[in-house]
Amino acid sequence: MLRIENLEKFYPTGDHALKSVHLEIPQGQVLALIGPSGAGKSTLIRCVNRLVEPTSGSVFLGDLELTHLGSSDLRHARSRMGMIFQEYALVERLSVMENVLSGRLGYVGFWRSFFRQFPQSDIDEAFELLERVGLDHMADKRADELSGGQRQRVGICRALIQNPDLLLVDEPTASLDPKTSRQIMRLICELCEERQLAAIINIHDVLLAQMFARRIVGLQHGTIVYDGPPEDLNPQVLTQIYGEEDWEATIEKVKDEDQELDSELVDNVTKLKPVS
Amino acid sequence: MPVRELADKKIWQRRTTRMQFAAWFGWLLGVAIFVYCWRLISEKTIWFFVQDAPQQAADMAERMVPPKWSYMEQLWIPVWDTINIATLGTLIAIIIAVPVAFCAARNTTPSRTLVRPVALFIIVSSRSINSLIWALMLVTLIGPGVLAGVIAIGLRSIGFCAKLLYEAIEEIDHSQVEAIIATGARRSQQLSFGIVPQILPAFAGISVFRWDINIRESTVLGLVGAGGIGLQLDASISTLAWTQVSLILLVILATVIVSEWVSARIRHAII
Repeated sequence: MLRIENLEKFYPTGDHALKSVHLEIPQGQVLALIGPSGAGKSTLIRCVNRLVEPTSGSVFLGDLELTHLGSSDLRHARSRMGMIFQEYALVERLSVMENVLSGRLGYVGFWRSFFRQFPQSDIDEAFELLERVGLDHMADKRADELSGGQRQRVGICRALIQNPDLLLVDEPTASLDPKTSRQIMRLICELCEERQLAAIINIHDVLLAQMFARRIVGLQHGTIVYDGPPEDLNPQVLTQIYGEEDWEATIEKVKDEDQELDSELVDNVTKLKPVS
Repeated sequence: MPVRELADKKIWQRRTTRMQFAAWFGWLLGVAIFVYCWRLISEKTIWFFVQDAPQQAADMAERMVPPKWSYMEQLWIPVWDTINIATLGTLIAIIIAVPVAFCAARNTTPSRTLVRPVALFIIVSSRSINSLIWALMLVTLIGPGVLAGVIAIGLRSIGFCAKLLYEAIEEIDHSQVEAIIATGARRSQQLSFGIVPQILPAFAGISVFRWDINIRESTVLGLVGAGGIGLQLDASISTLAWTQVSLILLVILATVIVSEWVSARIRHAII
């Protein structure tokens, strides 16, 4: 689905943010990209939809090479990639509905979008998505009235209404509390599964990454230093990615929390049963 | 170094000794210049005239009361003109200021090397000339009347509105725009969905604030023949009709109070 070859990025300041990165993601795979701050995680996903221009290398979305597209082709390609942001990046003064519908801007002409005359099919889809994330009663609220978790749900709806082939997710849980973080990660992973979406999730929380992704890629100083299943993350690997630290505790904790999480899930299911 | 060691204790001061002296010297210099200027002005003032200023003021105040209320029927139309000059002038200014502001803001300008300097020049030249001077020039160009006043107010306000607006544009949260770009929106849509909602409160505030200022400015434009209540004021002063002058001043005061109240209400409603 997505193939990154030889991707290089130099910033004008001289930072060598990405060093010959190779990465291939098949359809339907959720990949967690971990690494310390400044490792180039954010740069990598922004080079995919060219919010940051890569210096050299190529990025293929399906068969389409993205790095040399002209502006109108690039817009079309961007509409096939949904993006979810760290600080939600909702347009604060627009309503929840307008924020969700802004995901359709790549498909709707200027005047229709200016007068908010979106096709009924888009509006139906927006309501369905809001219902799916449990926010359909909030459609008329302004985005800045929502809590962090609710805003991120709206952000997810905005990305999904694009009907994308790929999700680019930049630190979705960095501004959320631990419980909401898990709910958001679970929601993203479930939705990717339902829609067979490929996703790259930047995340600095190793625990969360191990809990939800079936494939982990470790980035350090712009180079991929680990690519494998979450079970194979061991203290050596983590030391290689993040540097020297006592990692045993982190890994043990993940195992405990996994069990905890399972029982939590069971609880939820049993709670839901009488209702259905 | 602000931190010194004295008998095993670290002593922290805001400034080093040298900076302390420099600060004192700066103050000394300021006071010296102030005293010198005071003396200069004092030498060029004819104190004989200043001495009887209180009597003169009392005399003028006496001649001003009671205001000639009957003159009011001749003032309604000039007041209406004054408000129209301010409103239309502000409207013209806003229409021109919006594109100028987008050209002047670093993050939205089509070209930083060509378009931005031109936009900044428009802003500076409009701001550097007072509306009274604009009016003076326009009266000679297009003749006396309300039109000259409207254009003068408009020209003066372009710079003000455009400057505040382009600063607001530069201060927007870029991540919101980035999110809109990432959806594949075209540039016009990035503008209307990503930027416009963010600057709308600033835009409304600036427009109402400028309208409020323009009401006050347009009351004097008549002094140079550009319409409005200033025309009557000028005529009354030159015929020494002080009871009319006092009425006009009261009317101006009332107009300004009403405009302040209206603009406060509007700003409160929008923001």
